[in-house]
Amino acid sequence: MDLKATNRDIGPATVVDISGRITLGEGSAALRGLVRQLLDHGRKQIVLNLADVSYIDSSGIGELVSSFTAVKKEGGELKLLNLTKKVHDLLLITKLFTVFDVHNDEQTAVSSFSS
Amino acid sequence: MRGPTQRIEVTLETLLESVDLAEDITLRVATAVGFDEEQGYRIGMSVREAVINAYTYGNMQDSRRRIFVVIELLPAQMVIHVRDQGAGFRLEDVPDPLAEENLLKTSGRGLFLIRAFMDELNVTIPQSGGAEVIMTKRYPAPRKPTPAEASEA
Repeated sequence: MDLKATNRDIGPATVVDISGRITLGEGSAALRGLVRQLLDHGRKQIVLNLADVSYIDSSGIGELVSSFTAVKKEGGELKLLNLTKKVHDLLLITKLFTVFDVHNDEQTAVSSFSS
Repeated sequence: MRGPTQRIEVTLETLLESVDLAEDITLRVATAVGFDEEQGYRIGMSVREAVINAYTYGNMQDSRRRIFVVIELLPAQMVIHVRDQGAGFRLEDVPDPLAEENLLKTSGRGLFLIRAFMDELNVTIPQSGGAEVIMTKRYPAPRKPTPAEASEA
């Protein structure tokens, strides 16, 4: 299944509910596009809800990193929510769990932004 | 232990679709020879990453080049070869993605994942050229029969 995403604005934060695969090609490109679009609209507090992301490969991991740095560069923050076991394990072995701010609760994630 | 070696050869075009195809074929073979869902996922992803490397860095997305996948079912292990028609590379020259300076790089994790998911990983430069990624996964240990099953046998 290709990547699908819907946005929900909660105050200054935007929660993006993502489902499908973040892999080389369309999945990674779609993630890149949606983060760029949010930044273009001035939305810089972004929570990616990955609960329904069934699969992610190294390209998808790279795209998460790219999104993280792009948001940071604009003075914002990108957080991850509800990782599946597979995504959790991948971030753990690639040491990216120490880079991303990861949450299991949406309210906690939304209220964790610094401003 | 399995019987004599079986060999499956697939020649793929340098297309994005070949990445999914190689993973799908490998996953089916891995399942058929007894790997569970988790191990199948790891083997499939390893082949996916090797084919992504071949597609992106080896063959440079040149559709005139091919990607050769060979799956060997040996008596005790499954060995998978992924060969491209690029310039070749040495495993020791690949930067460590866990190094502090590489953590935020957007690429360079594929071979690392293969190493994490498979029992062995080697890269050679065959005489025919290109890079050949060789991955090995030992078959799961056969389940020991319960005392009841043993007494029935």
